[in-house]
Amino acid sequence: MAEKILMKGNEALAEAAIMAGCRHYFGYPITPQTEVAAYMSRRMPKIGGCFLQAESEIAAINMVIGAAAAGKRAMTSSSSPGISLKSEGISYMAGCDLPALIVNVQRGGPGLGGIQPSQSDYFQATRGGGHGDYHLLVLAPSSVQEMADLVFQGFDLAEKYRMPCMLLADGTMGQMMEPVELHERAGEAVQKPWALTGTEGKRRPNIINSLALEPAELEKWNEERFQRYDVVRQKEQMSESYRMEDAEICVVAFGIAARVSQNAVDAARAKGIKAGMIRPITLWPFPEKTLKSAAERCRSFISVELNMGQMIEDVRLSIECKRPVSLCCRTGGMIPSPDEVLSAIERAAEGGK
Amino acid sequence: MSTTQVLIAGFGGQGILFAGKFLAYAGLLQGRNVSWLPSYGPEMRGGTANCSVILSDAQVGSPIVGRPDILIAMNLPSLDKYENEAPAGASIFVDSSLVSRRVRRQDVNAYYIPATQISNDQGYQTLANMILMGHVIAKTGVIPQDMIAPAMKKVVSARHAELLDKNIEAVQLGIDYKEE
Amino acid sequence: MSMVFEKPKALTSAPLHYCPGCTHGIIHRLVAEAMDSLDITGRTIGVASVGCSVFAYNYFNCDMVQAAHGRAPAVATGVKRADPSKIVFTYQGDGDLASIGTAETVHSAARGENITIIFVNNAIYGMTGGQMAPTSLPGQVTQTSPYGRDVNTVGYPVRICELLATLDGTGYVERVAVNNVKNVRSAKRAIEKAFRNQVEGKGFSLVEVISTCPTNWGKTPQDALKWVETDMIPYYPLGVYKDKYAKEAAK
Repeated sequence: MAEKILMKGNEALAEAAIMAGCRHYFGYPITPQTEVAAYMSRRMPKIGGCFLQAESEIAAINMVIGAAAAGKRAMTSSSSPGISLKSEGISYMAGCDLPALIVNVQRGGPGLGGIQPSQSDYFQATRGGGHGDYHLLVLAPSSVQEMADLVFQGFDLAEKYRMPCMLLADGTMGQMMEPVELHERAGEAVQKPWALTGTEGKRRPNIINSLALEPAELEKWNEERFQRYDVVRQKEQMSESYRMEDAEICVVAFGIAARVSQNAVDAARAKGIKAGMIRPITLWPFPEKTLKSAAERCRSFISVELNMGQMIEDVRLSIECKRPVSLCCRTGGMIPSPDEVLSAIERAAEGGK
Repeated sequence: MSTTQVLIAGFGGQGILFAGKFLAYAGLLQGRNVSWLPSYGPEMRGGTANCSVILSDAQVGSPIVGRPDILIAMNLPSLDKYENEAPAGASIFVDSSLVSRRVRRQDVNAYYIPATQISNDQGYQTLANMILMGHVIAKTGVIPQDMIAPAMKKVVSARHAELLDKNIEAVQLGIDYKEE
Repeated sequence: MSMVFEKPKALTSAPLHYCPGCTHGIIHRLVAEAMDSLDITGRTIGVASVGCSVFAYNYFNCDMVQAAHGRAPAVATGVKRADPSKIVFTYQGDGDLASIGTAETVHSAARGENITIIFVNNAIYGMTGGQMAPTSLPGQVTQTSPYGRDVNTVGYPVRICELLATLDGTGYVERVAVNNVKNVRSAKRAIEKAFRNQVEGKGFSLVEVISTCPTNWGKTPQDALKWVETDMIPYYPLGVYKDKYAKEAAK
């Protein structure tokens, strides 16, 4: 067993990426994720990898496209405003079926917003973010250990399904230190016959492209891609249930909101309220099966978020509006306190909203 | 199952994050669950800075310390801001060489140590944070004293190995300090 | 009977979609000839851009990736960094390279990326139907400058070779044209050199090729070639703007 060490979330994810075989990182400075770039700039030259500080977020994501097209495990990281800039490239990546890891250590928005933690890019991440019909795999860590673990999984899933994967963290996850155990882990060996490695005169050229001017052809591409998404929806939903066995009130929260909600659930239990929590780990695909089955038993749901109410829509859709869903949220970089979440649980327990 | 929530607050540059990391490592070496969360942003460059540290026998929920069991105030704005957040029975530590006023609350344990002055007088410049930490350890037992040296070895980087003993000595100064 | 003229091996047999009189076809051929001559097609990866040459991935007989508008040099950077033993080139027009992708162009040059850029300048946005380009000449009538490019309101054309030559990172920058046999020969030599530089690890090479757009210029193919001579080349003088290694060799 590897020794547990204290690491910042941003550094743990960077080291995990290296352990997962990523040797190509392209980024641009932005708070609160700059530690990722700083870490990569120290490590990559020593292990024969490539760290490149691009001239913009736009260039960085396109460099990722180039390295991913060449068949390499490549990644970039940024925070909210930077992800908006990358959205063009992410759409192209989805259209080209290229796997890569994109980290978003979210901060408050819109616009330049602030630098404190936020989850207000939920819609952007889970709906695609750029133009066109597409999805990303979206993974939401809620501890430093998960910041690392989900990097391994993210690369594996991205390559398995040929989809870009987003690690959707927030400023707290990036900045906090917790004990973490890192294991070198070889990724699942995925063949990439589509990669641009040069024909060597032995095969027909590989072409990586998202352009199809014939609508029927483009429709076919999109339908094929969505068939793949259906498999992802069926097989890859991940969540963690906390004190849900006999829960009547179900809190739904991810990332830092889940950490805060855990305290609130414990406090509610201490007061005799049967509260529990479902913590989505995949935000896309959303763990709708778990939510749907919880709706059989729970009489009320509470979506706890660091935004004005985004995931709440997926909660409602997942339980097909069978139960009331209330919102407990703070925004702009504010984090709800356990007491605020507890009050929301108490209101739900009393039957009100 | 016990949980201790610690909030260390002061100016950027007082070694607040470092002191927090030392505490967190001591907890980790005991096999406890720990979290360390800094305030981040422009305040790192001279404004107010704070650091949340949680040591727990259970899984740590929120890493944000809103109601500190132990508050370490290294300047007046920090005491003003957080004094009323501490729950009854909490321990509040004040660097009395930088904070002129007393703790107003009657339902908490207040401790005063002129850590900055001691650090300057006794040749431990910039280590007021560790002197305070020693006092905290002595008064609250937040970590056992035999964890001080092992934890310090984890947080003092190899590049500054010569500072290892200095830091441990500074903690000892805080432990040995007798309030008047 | 012996073959005296044939298609370069680095071109596929797909028929080109370009308009009659457009010189993209000549430039494609010159790029393919360079690949043949250096025997690099099997390890070359091309980056197509957005514009009339968007379908370049159908024409070159090597691995290809299609980049977003203006981003080809960044994509090429990623490909090259992924495997420096590959030969990586971009094929971009003036709107792509000199307007929306200026940052990517300038910074890939500043970094001295060991890539080859073929920059086709025809002073107009062709694919979208003839709008004013960053390289449209003063007074030039286009769909979005119907009274002629007024430099007082929309500013002046961008001379990319001159601009990039000022950067320490660039290795080789030359402007050529393909409006007559002599210029085509010169263009062939320049393009081959831009690829050879990469093979030899000499860093960032860019060849700007003055091209035609008879359709959107509203000219016959013959008149378009004349306009290159009378109007384009005077504003965009041909020649080598930077050759870092020639300079070093001369020292």
